[in-house]
Amino acid sequence: MTMKTLSTKLAGLGISVMLAVSALGAGAAIAAEEGGESAQPTHFPILKPTLEPWSFAGLFGSYDTAQVQRGYQVYKEVCSACHSMHLLSFRNLAQPGGPSFTEAQARTVAASYQVQDGPNDAGDMFERPGRLSDRFPSPFPNPQAAAAANNGKAPPDLSLMAKARAVERGFPWFVLDLFTQYEEGGPDYIHSLLTGYKEPPAGLQIPPGLHYNPHFISGPAIAMPPPLSDGQVTYSDGSPQTVDQYSRDVAAFLMWAAEPHLDARKRAGFQVIIFLVVFAGLLYYTKKKIWSKVAH
Amino acid sequence: MSGPSTYQPQHPALKWLEARLPILGLVHSSFIVFPNPRNLNYFWTFGGILAFMLVAQIATGVVLAMHYTAHVTLAFNSVEGIMRDVNGGWMLRYLHANGASMFFIAVYIHIFRGLYYGSYKSPREVLWILGMIIFLLMMATGFMGYVLPWGQMSFWGATVITNLFGAIPLVGGSIVTWLWGGFSVDNPTLNRFFSLHYLLPFMIAGVVVLHIWALHIPGSNNPTGVSVKDKQDTLPFHPYFTVKDALGLVVFLIFYSYFVFYLPNYMGHADNYIEANPLVTPAHIVPEWYFLPFYAILRSIPDKLAGVIAMFGAIAVLFVVPWLDTSKVRSANFRPLYRQFFWIWAVAAVGLGYIGAMPPEGGYLIAGRILTVYYFAHFLIILPLLGLFEKPKPLPVSITESVLGHGGAAVTAGAPSAPQTK
Amino acid sequence: MAHSAAAEPTRRDFLYIATGAVGAVGLAATVWPFINQMNPDASALALASSEVDISSLKEGESVTVKWRGKPVVVRNRTAKEIADAKAAQLSDLKDPVARNANLPDDAPATDANRAATGKENWFVMVNVCTHLGCIPLGQEGEYNGWFCPCHGSVYDTAGRIRKGPAPENMAIPVYSFMTDTKIKIG
Repeated sequence: MTMKTLSTKLAGLGISVMLAVSALGAGAAIAAEEGGESAQPTHFPILKPTLEPWSFAGLFGSYDTAQVQRGYQVYKEVCSACHSMHLLSFRNLAQPGGPSFTEAQARTVAASYQVQDGPNDAGDMFERPGRLSDRFPSPFPNPQAAAAANNGKAPPDLSLMAKARAVERGFPWFVLDLFTQYEEGGPDYIHSLLTGYKEPPAGLQIPPGLHYNPHFISGPAIAMPPPLSDGQVTYSDGSPQTVDQYSRDVAAFLMWAAEPHLDARKRAGFQVIIFLVVFAGLLYYTKKKIWSKVAH
Repeated sequence: MSGPSTYQPQHPALKWLEARLPILGLVHSSFIVFPNPRNLNYFWTFGGILAFMLVAQIATGVVLAMHYTAHVTLAFNSVEGIMRDVNGGWMLRYLHANGASMFFIAVYIHIFRGLYYGSYKSPREVLWILGMIIFLLMMATGFMGYVLPWGQMSFWGATVITNLFGAIPLVGGSIVTWLWGGFSVDNPTLNRFFSLHYLLPFMIAGVVVLHIWALHIPGSNNPTGVSVKDKQDTLPFHPYFTVKDALGLVVFLIFYSYFVFYLPNYMGHADNYIEANPLVTPAHIVPEWYFLPFYAILRSIPDKLAGVIAMFGAIAVLFVVPWLDTSKVRSANFRPLYRQFFWIWAVAAVGLGYIGAMPPEGGYLIAGRILTVYYFAHFLIILPLLGLFEKPKPLPVSITESVLGHGGAAVTAGAPSAPQTK
Repeated sequence: MAHSAAAEPTRRDFLYIATGAVGAVGLAATVWPFINQMNPDASALALASSEVDISSLKEGESVTVKWRGKPVVVRNRTAKEIADAKAAQLSDLKDPVARNANLPDDAPATDANRAATGKENWFVMVNVCTHLGCIPLGQEGEYNGWFCPCHGSVYDTAGRIRKGPAPENMAIPVYSFMTDTKIKIG
């Protein structure tokens, strides 16, 4: 089943509907799923993302500060060489519910970058140390330059990456997701992709300049070479310095970058829903009282 | 909206106002003493829920417009600015985006309710047609609203839907160019969609006033479909139905809040978090979920013009349902055959929605065609014939009788609480 | 209606009051985000500082920079301007308070409290008339300070209101000397 959209799930709610549709002849197409790795893959990603336990999942989920900080370190030392994050500013690093650096730390990070400003009174652009209000500088001046430096494929901006990739969940998962509140498809995908590089199965030809990755969402091979290797980034908090850990941390960081107010959202949601449940309870008894004298 | 008012203001200032503009009397007769059938079930709370959703969408929409920039180079980033920087902006945007879905969930329940209980039949045909006009305006508003964030799905959805008009013979091409204000979906298109997206909800509000007016002439239908015969059959709107509608609304708000705060992107599409790129089409373009049944009908016909006609026909046929249904009995509760055909049709409609999300190939295409044929057959063949051949179950003499079993004696016990009882 | 029958306060009345009160609280809590969204957003609050290079400003010259969307004038005042400003008595001033964000709210409007600390020739001011927000013209008017063309407010060489409808001295923003030739505003 290659249902590509999340927006369509409601339409399929209800087993009766599924049965009706299957009976009408779509069953065969639904069965042709989960092919696994082969020499002639037809549906992408070839392998679905593995589900990871995220600190920010569920009713009371929130970002793990240490993890998001490590993820930022991975991004800064590895990803940022090619990928921009143009929607983020240095001030975001100091806001609550994320890496939560102190303002002084965020200032130091900002000042370690040179940012183009201007024009000055002479009409020239000039470079100055970054400030909190500056956006993360992009590694390339424009998408064309980014593409030219990377085999013709511009590395995508990472600001929203964790919300911009969703592998189709398929039935019945998209229904169950309603109840489990699964909205971590993005970080799961990123983690699976970064740890998913391997040798292609025998018989599958990979064009030069591409790299086989069965977790890649739009084909058997991805232009990005394997970006991470064990021990590449030195953590100061003793966390394992493995590709798996790096991937997990950077995926958490990217989720924060894409959804910086997740902590506040889940907190507010809990309060709102508790309030509404209490209000509904009061209304229920009020309604019962008012209607108690009349038959209906 | 229910005839001469019985409202007598006490305070001199209110008397003064009432003599010049009898608006308090209008509110009083429409929403305080208005007689509603006493046997309405919770499906009848969706009218109030829809009124609330319209107000909520306008309120959140107006404040979002304070931060949004309708320009191709800025729209996507301005929406992200709302999500990241505006105070509470993430909540307002998620309320608005999910509010659209909630609006459609409520309107579909409302329409299905009307079809099940025969609320479209005489004397409520105009009420039904006004409702269908609201539905069309809602679809136009929802579609144009989805374009505004200027993500990939916004852009390509706009491209695909506007291209539908290209199917019109002779002038189709010119109409599409006129809609776009250029030779592709671009800045003029975005700007006019923003303008119309802001305008249409107020037009909806206007038609809603007519819809309520038309409702208050015959009054509400009810689960038995039997007309109100005397005062015993009704209860005043306040407090009975205000509190019932409020309860229905708050339960609906719990459902709404669950999506806003815990699954805000569930109804959306991941590709819309990628900025629009006119040079790259996403692998699989789908509209918002609430258009999927119509989208499936469009795709199941292998001819552009015929597909477009079928898609609009699927909505147009709803306009004439009052005349296609030949049965004298309103409520499906007393129509054993129609009741079954209603549920088959409902499953077919939802099934079409599912097909609309699938790629148009293989079994899905065949299923889509069968369901499309069935969708139209239901209205054009089954409904007219059922009225002729179906033997309805015996109807209750009155609403009161249906509530109390036989006789109306016990009702008088509750009657004092109904001030309209003479 | 249902209320008319009950004369004495009952458990039912309590239920109605509780429901109504909770509903009112919910409504009030809902209204707040709709109001608060119009306050400056996080990006506006972050644009807090501007830097000005004053190395090329000779005596009697000014530079105007934009800070939070408003013009801030940095002036290297002449000796005469300083002397004029110092000569004014506090009792002559319409607004005796310094309006200097770097000083306590009740600091008197002496020239020393208006000019840069220890560098009395340097003068930094938000060049916005306190009457209705126009931009006064520099080195004009009766006191050769600032003169607002909109409604005729006259300011002296320390930016203090002397005549006209404006109620307050023009504001001094938060600023500091990063080096002898560089000022950071905000």
